[in-house]
Parts: sequence; C-alpha cells; structure tokens
Amino acid sequence: MHVELRDIDKTFGKVHANANISLNIPPASIQGILGENGAGKSTLMKIFSGFYTPDAGQILLDGEAVSIRSPADAIRHGVGMLHQDPLDFPPMRIIDDFILGREGGLFPNRRAAAKEFRELAGRFDFSLDPDAYVDTLTVGERQQLEILRLLWLGARILILDEPTTGISLPQKEKLFATLKKLAAEGMTILFVSHKLEDVEFLCDRAAVLRQGELVGVAEPPFDTRQLVEMMFGKEVPLAPKKKATPGAKVLSVKAVSLEDVRLQIRGVDLHVRAGEVIGLAGMEGSGQSLFLGACAGLTQPVAGSFCLDEDERDMTGRSHHDFKKEGVAYLPAARLEQGLVPGLSLTEHFVLSEGMRGLFIDRKRAESLARERISLFNIKGAPDSLVEALSGGNQQRALLALMRSPLSLILVEHPTRGLDIESTIYIWGKLKERCAQGTAIVFISSDLDEILQYSDRVLVFFAGQVSPPLRADSLNVEQLGALIGGKGWESLHKEAVNA
Amino acid sequence: MRDTPSRRALFQIGAVVLALLITTVVLMAAKAPPLAAYSNIVLGALGSWDVASNVLVSWVPLLLVTSGLLLTFTVGLWNIGIEGQVTLGAIFATWALRDLGSSGWSPTVIIVVAVLAGMAGGALWAMLAGALKTFGGVNEIFGGLGLNFVATALNIWLIFGPWKRPGVASMSGTLPFDQSLWMPTLNPQSRLSLITVAIAIVAIIAVYLMIQGTYFGLRLKAVGKNPKAAYLLGIPTWQHMMASFALCGLFAGIAGAIQVTAVYHRLIPSISSGYGYLGLMVAMLINYKAAFAAPVALFFAALNVGSIQLPIVLKLDSSLAGVLQGTLVLFVLLGQGLRQRVLKKSQVGS
Repeated sequence: MHVELRDIDKTFGKVHANANISLNIPPASIQGILGENGAGKSTLMKIFSGFYTPDAGQILLDGEAVSIRSPADAIRHGVGMLHQDPLDFPPMRIIDDFILGREGGLFPNRRAAAKEFRELAGRFDFSLDPDAYVDTLTVGERQQLEILRLLWLGARILILDEPTTGISLPQKEKLFATLKKLAAEGMTILFVSHKLEDVEFLCDRAAVLRQGELVGVAEPPFDTRQLVEMMFGKEVPLAPKKKATPGAKVLSVKAVSLEDVRLQIRGVDLHVRAGEVIGLAGMEGSGQSLFLGACAGLTQPVAGSFCLDEDERDMTGRSHHDFKKEGVAYLPAARLEQGLVPGLSLTEHFVLSEGMRGLFIDRKRAESLARERISLFNIKGAPDSLVEALSGGNQQRALLALMRSPLSLILVEHPTRGLDIESTIYIWGKLKERCAQGTAIVFISSDLDEILQYSDRVLVFFAGQVSPPLRADSLNVEQLGALIGGKGWESLHKEAVNA
Repeated sequence: MRDTPSRRALFQIGAVVLALLITTVVLMAAKAPPLAAYSNIVLGALGSWDVASNVLVSWVPLLLVTSGLLLTFTVGLWNIGIEGQVTLGAIFATWALRDLGSSGWSPTVIIVVAVLAGMAGGALWAMLAGALKTFGGVNEIFGGLGLNFVATALNIWLIFGPWKRPGVASMSGTLPFDQSLWMPTLNPQSRLSLITVAIAIVAIIAVYLMIQGTYFGLRLKAVGKNPKAAYLLGIPTWQHMMASFALCGLFAGIAGAIQVTAVYHRLIPSISSGYGYLGLMVAMLINYKAAFAAPVALFFAALNVGSIQLPIVLKLDSSLAGVLQGTLVLFVLLGQGLRQRVLKKSQVGS
C-alpha cells in the first residue's frame, strides 16, 4: 500500500513533537525512521497507528485520505503497529492473545484460529506453540506473535518501533528475514530505530527526524557520517575545559554483571575518583539506568562487586540506605514519581531528608532550614509550597537541595532534562561546586553536548554493551553519536588504552 | 471553577441531601413513613439519658478503630483486617480474665492486664497481615479479609470448645466473668464506663498529634504518598508500614478488650459487631482527617443506636442505619470524585 503522511503536526504543551512532517512511502518497501530520543519518531508512528490524534495533517493510503482516530480504525485500514514493549497479555495463552481484537462472533472458534495460526507461523518459520502461555516467551518470540496477530488481522502496513532492542541475534536475523519477505510480498514497512547498522542493513530508504522536524531523507548506499550529523546536528565548538585533577578512589566497580528483563550487562570495570565527572551515554534503555541504580545499591548485581572509597570497602549486596550512609546520593530522572513526595511541602521534604530526630517536629528549625536551602538553591517557592506546584526546574533544584553534606558520590539521571538554559547552567554550577569539594559525579544524559561538555570520562552503553571509559576530550559528537547507534565499537579498545 | 471552601462544603451538603433522598426512597419502597422513621431514629438516639449513654457505648469502639485506621490509611494501606484485630483483642482479653480470675490479684490489675493483652492480640493479628504483605507479597486487603474469617472461626471454636459454658455451649457466649472483673460503669444499670470514653478520647488525640506533629507521622505520610521517593529520601518503608499496622492493631485490640470487659462481660460470637468495617467508612467519610473523627463517629454511633427502635415501633429492620451510612459514604466519595473532575476540566479549559 502506498503511504503518504502530509503535514503532520502535533504539540504536547510547550513541546512541538511533530512539526509539519511529510513522508512518502512507496508500497513493498522498508522505510527506516531514524532519530535520537525525543526526536518525534514515536509520536509520528503513534499518530499513524491511531494512538494520538494529530493537531493538523492528513494520512493518505493509496492516494485516498483516511481518518484514523483509534488503533481499531488503524487496523481496519490495514495499519498495524508493533510496539517497543509488546502490547500482549502475559497471563494468557498464545492462541487467546492471538484472537483478541478480531471482530465478530460471541464465541471465538479456537480450533480454526489455531489452524490458521500454525499455517501463518509456518510460513515465517516461527516455532510458537499456540497453547503455551505468553509469559513463557522471550521478547523476540512475543514480537513474532504480535507480527502474526497483526498479519492475521489484515495488516498491510507494519510499523515496528525499536524492534531490535532486547532480542537475541538469531531472533534479529529471523526478524529481518521475515520483514524482507513481507516487503517482497507487497507489505509496506516502517522501521523505527536509533540503530544505524540495522537501518543501513535493512531499509530501502531512511528518514531522519530531529527535534520534531524531518531533517532529511537518505537512500542506500547510506553514508554513516551524514546520518549521524542529521540525527545529532552539527558539532558546536565548546569552551575548553579545565583539566580535573583526580583524587582518591571513590567508587570501584569490579567485573560487574547486571540483568533485567530486557538487558544483560557483562563485566563492567570502572574506578571513579574524587572530583571526577563520568557521563553515561546511550539511547534510553541501553543499560545506563540499570548500571546507575546498581551503583546506588538499588539493584543488585548478578556478579562482580561495588566497593567504596580508597580502601575499597565491599558494598555488594548492601541496601541503598547503606550506600546513603556512606555518602552516596542518587537523584532519579522521574522527579515527581521517584524523587519527591507530592502532597508534602518543601519544608517537610527537608525535615525528612535531614533525618531530623525526636518525637515532635521542631517547626522553627525546620522552617529556617527550608528558608536557608530555598535561598541557597534559588528555588522559586515558599517553605510551605507543595512540591507538585513547583516548575520542573525548581523541582530539580529542590532535589539538589535535598542532598546531604558531605557526599562522596552523586549519581544523577538526566540532571537537566526538560529544563531551560538558565536552570541547566544553574544545576551544573551547583554540581560542579560539589566536585570542587571532592565529590565525584556519575550522570546519565541523552544530550550528547551535555555529556561531552561536563564529563571527564564517558561510558557508552549500547544494548547492554558497555564501552571502556573514554576520555571526553578525545571524543566529538559525531564519534559519540556513532557509538550510541552501535557503530565503531571495534576500534574502541585502542582508544581505551589512551584513556 | 476554583476549589474554594464554600464549594467544597456545597458538595458535602449535596452528598448528605442525596443520601437522605435515597434512604427515603428505600423507606417508601418498604412502605414505611419516612418522617416517622427519621424521628424514631433521632428519638432512639437522644430520647433519654439511657439511650444517649448507649450511643457513647457504641462511640468508644468506633472511635478507637477509626483512630487506628487513620494510621494505616496515612501510610497508604487498607487495613480491612481490622475486624479480626478487634476479635483477637477480645479473645486475648478474655483469655487474661479467665486465667487471672482466680489468681487472687487485685481486680484493677487484672482488668489492666486484660486490656494490655487485648492490645497485644490486636497488634499480633495486624502484624500478621503486615508480614503477609511485606514478606509474602499478599495484598493487605486479601490478607486482612482472610484473617478476619480465621479470627471469627477461632472465636466460635473457643466459645463452643475450650471456653464453653458448663453443661451446654451457647450462641450467647461464654459464662459471664465475675462482677469484680467488669470495668466500672457509671451506675450498676448502665453499660457506660467513663474510663473507656477517656481511653477513646486519648486515642484520637494521640493519633491526631502523631500525624500532625511528629517526625514519625511525617514519615508515615511520605511513605503513604510516594513509597519510592520516601525510600530514596532514606525512610525505611516496610518498617513504617509494619509499625502502622502494629499501632492500628493496638487500638483495635483495646476496642475488643473494652467490648469484653465493659460491655458484654463475656466473649460472644459477634464480638467485633462490625465496628471495624464501620470505622473504615468513618475514615473515608472524613477524608482521613483525624480532626473530624470524633463527631462523625458519634453521628454514626447515634444512627446505629437510634435505629434499634425501628423494628419495635415501625416493624422496620434496624439495618436502615446501614443504608443511610453506606449511601452517605458513597455520595461523599462520589462528590469528591466529581469535584476533582470539574476542577480538572476547568483547568484544561482555562
């Protein structure tokens, strides 16, 4: 089916997620959609598949304008979307999951459906047992199930959102073979990814989005340099940094392996020194959050150890509160969900974080503490302001203000995400003050400029792989962008020697 | 539309009016004269010093369980197992009274020990629900409900088994205790003990101060509103949940012990009398604010006692009080929900 997206526009509050995007996709082809986090890829695909309604714009299928207002509308027009996290029903049997969403009839005909399921699975060489439960499947198999389901529902356009995250190499090869076969049979496929290699290997064309805009379209043979530049923008020359003089060891990560549902990280080694800033770069969900949480004792490693301070005290297996007592602070990205308590005032937060003791709250002391911190951190709010009433930037300042002193290590996720320039500069000023006092900082950011500007060393995460520590001053945005997209990992060990 | 105190009051009054309306419809469906029914409830609750003192007898356990529940609600838990905790309090108090009755100790000491035993029983049962949640991953609502049934079964077994009356076991409970072990009442005819009223008042004031003014109360609030952030702020979360369970159980246990020593003077099958569930309704109705617990619990107690008249005078079932209480809670909650929707809409609109 021929797909045309015409002038699609969508804003969320102040964010212009899609700005007049137009795309033309011929039938029987695989269209790559590239872009970093927040570039607008998912928004565009969710509009196409009926999850969001666009503010403006048109969708044309085979030249005819269609109105897609819900996912059910989308599948009626033959548009099926495979979400990054498969939208299936883990406690159900595969066959029941399969027939969900099919219209008609009070009682589903399981036997007929199972027969069709087997035929369909056989066509693509998928080995799925219709009577097994969905939660016994791997992410890759759940994708296969979802593809079969969408095909059975009559999808003629398939959208895949980051489908190669969390699946094994053989599963990826099988997925790619399936997609090529489907495209050859006339299916139109939209392949959303930040992995350059996958797009270069698979796609007949690639469109690149950045900050809600379509910045360019490329055709094979793809030029990696050009794609990276389109994804991340031109390099901005930055002011030269002062060279940090690293102090004593603060955190030693020794051969640490971590696991969660989607990811496995193997054998990470890192020594963080006092006053040093380490940036963790990578697309969201590449393992950096898992790693940072483990450094704070929030998740336990499956192998290896975490040690603190020069004498390398082993903290493996200890709780976050033990880490906290040793001077490790952890600042989560979701400020209002994880960092602050909605419904409590700033004063109450300071009382809690200082661990004030006694029976009755010393209101006077609490309020003077709050006033002092509010002015010190320039928070726009009163002691009795509820935290949810503060702006994002002020919430982030409050999080910083809640940190105790002294600290040996600050672990922070996305310190400036969603903040304006003024707040960004302010937050980093405060963090750098801590560094000057000998605190080390490890932070996650998806902003490459931020990583390069503030880090002394950088770890790059890609699908659970972790690079050796790289010196930030030997990297540029282009190299870093390529690494995040999974390119250029072979030459890494050479550079690590220099670091 | 802005959220002003007068608007909030409007929704509350609306809820009360609607609840009365629905109850009136129920009455008319039962072919009963609504006005006569309401006036009988008022008379039944306030008509004489005797019935009014019965309202206080009912108020004491209700206020005690509500006090306890305010703590578990503050930490974000639904302690539906409160019924069982009251029952266990009664069982432990009975146990102490039976065991120490012939010990020769002074009756005052025995009664004090019985109340302490009741507190221990209630706390034990509550911590069982807490342990199931913390270490077994059992939702406290399901765990509590299950434990309620176990508590009832245990109670019946004791009454018809080990603690049965000499001769024949009876639904009317165990043999009454020696009169010296009864909590002292105003006069021999009355069931009202001023000591128990004092205990209930102290309980609600203690809970109010705990939630409003102490570090412990603030930490409970933080855990209740956002356990993840509370943990990152350095608060041991599950320990606070267990502590609030234990405290709530203490209050429920006192209520159970009072029912045994001051009201029934024996253990009866339905010793908790539904006060636990009624306490949940009171807590919801006052939006978990301790300051309103005493008057609203008094109102509910008055409805309960007042409706006892109905079967005698109007041949109506006394469960009418339950209809009124239930619809009242429903409409107040509905009002809160609607108010929030209206607020949200007007915010989006502006």
